[in-house]
Amino acid sequence: MCYNHLDLNYMQNNSLIKVKNLKKSFGSVVAVDGLSFSVEKGSITGLLGPNGAGKTTTIQMLLDLVTPTSGEIEVFSKDLHKDREFVLSRMNFSSPYVSLPSNLKAWENLATFARLYGVKDVKGKINELADFFQIRDLLPRMTSTLSTGQLTRLNLTKSLLNDPELLLLDEPTSSLDPDIADRTIKLLKKIQKEKGVTILYTSHNMAEVEEICDRIIFIQKGKIKDEGTPEELVKKYGHEDLNEVFLTIARERIESNQNS
Amino acid sequence: MKLHRINALVIRHLYLFQRSIPRLMDLFYWPIMELVLWGFISVYIDKLNISGFNAVTVLMGAIIFWDLLSQSQKAVSIAFLEDVWERNFLNIFVTPLRISEFLASTMLLGLFRIIIVGIVMGVLALFMFKFNILVFGLYLVPFMLNLLIFGTTLGLFTTAIILRYGTSAQILAFGFLFLIQPFSAVFYPVSVLPHSLQIVSYLLPSTYVFEGMRQVIATGTMSGNLLLLSFLTNIIYLIIVVWFFFRMFAKVKEKGRLLKLD
Repeated sequence: MCYNHLDLNYMQNNSLIKVKNLKKSFGSVVAVDGLSFSVEKGSITGLLGPNGAGKTTTIQMLLDLVTPTSGEIEVFSKDLHKDREFVLSRMNFSSPYVSLPSNLKAWENLATFARLYGVKDVKGKINELADFFQIRDLLPRMTSTLSTGQLTRLNLTKSLLNDPELLLLDEPTSSLDPDIADRTIKLLKKIQKEKGVTILYTSHNMAEVEEICDRIIFIQKGKIKDEGTPEELVKKYGHEDLNEVFLTIARERIESNQNS
Repeated sequence: MKLHRINALVIRHLYLFQRSIPRLMDLFYWPIMELVLWGFISVYIDKLNISGFNAVTVLMGAIIFWDLLSQSQKAVSIAFLEDVWERNFLNIFVTPLRISEFLASTMLLGLFRIIIVGIVMGVLALFMFKFNILVFGLYLVPFMLNLLIFGTTLGLFTTAIILRYGTSAQILAFGFLFLIQPFSAVFYPVSVLPHSLQIVSYLLPSTYVFEGMRQVIATGTMSGNLLLLSFLTNIIYLIIVVWFFFRMFAKVKEKGRLLKLD
């Protein structure tokens, strides 16, 4: 990917995402309450928290799909809202909850998104990624006929069409059986290693998070509850694994709700 | 605006037409059925020998132009609803696509639809009812352009409402146009309407196209004022509706409803 000299400043900076005092309220409901964090270049960062913690709203604000009530979001050292086109052309998103149009063939879906991202060699790029994800034989099939595992791979293929430097993944393995989930995790590690992609990752599977993430941000009630490497957090809470850390944090919320 | 992104969305919709019978029916079946129905009504009225009234020419012209307006409105509304039905908004709007490019692609689809439907209806009307749409000569260009712009404006308006109030309002995509039909003077001149409704009628750009069409049939020419007024009202409505659409889009993003349009 080519950059002009004006775009080089973000490459010298190690944080790909910088979020400052981000807030989002829907009427009287505060979904995100003053989040500040950064995501380092080349890392896999887990954004974790119980249901309703504000993860999805945060991801949606990072994709400029939801307008923040206040706060700042900088991606590649650019203001996301002002430089939306610059930022979104260099990142991508995948979630099993967001399906590609079922009434198109897998190939047609990928070609549409490749064109939207301005990929020069549409056919070459799709074939390259289809080989990487082993979905060549699925390309002529209607998307509606694909299994959940095949759809996940198709979604991930879509998310790499523009050679993103930043990938936002919302529970990418949530609807997969353990075998396919394990393969997907290995694929993600391969993507990060081979393509140097920075990944922001949400999941409820703590074993998976422990395996894949370099750093974790725990959020609760829209605020950062804790952050660190998986090892640091396990040690800090004095537990055996990250799952117990998650349960401790989630139950603190339930207890505080009961007390209030 | 980037052409490759507009192109991507147009091609995406063309993929759907390749193998979808309901979409092809929407494009051809209803316009053809309307043409046949109104064609036979016109033949019957002609046989009544009402002096000075060429029913085939007036009604065939009216039904073809009305369908062109309908096609351009549906191109915008249906293109938008396709993404709502397929829950594809997130995928679309996490790309660098701009709203203006999304809108331009729907307008281009509207242009394709009116050219294809115009040709099919024109050829059928010629062979079945000996009505030659080329009787309008070069006036066809401003007529079609005005109908395309007004159809797009109406499509954008209904889309903005669906965006804001969700798919419970999607009936507007199919029925809103009929709300303006009685006031657009499609099948009869404005002069037959009561005075108060004539005022409403003259506020619609489509009225000037249909009045102009009848003037061309009657005299072989038309007043430039009618075309000017049609373009003027069209531009005013287009500006207002584009502003309204952007406003609704911003509102939906603010309320986090972009991904909950079902």
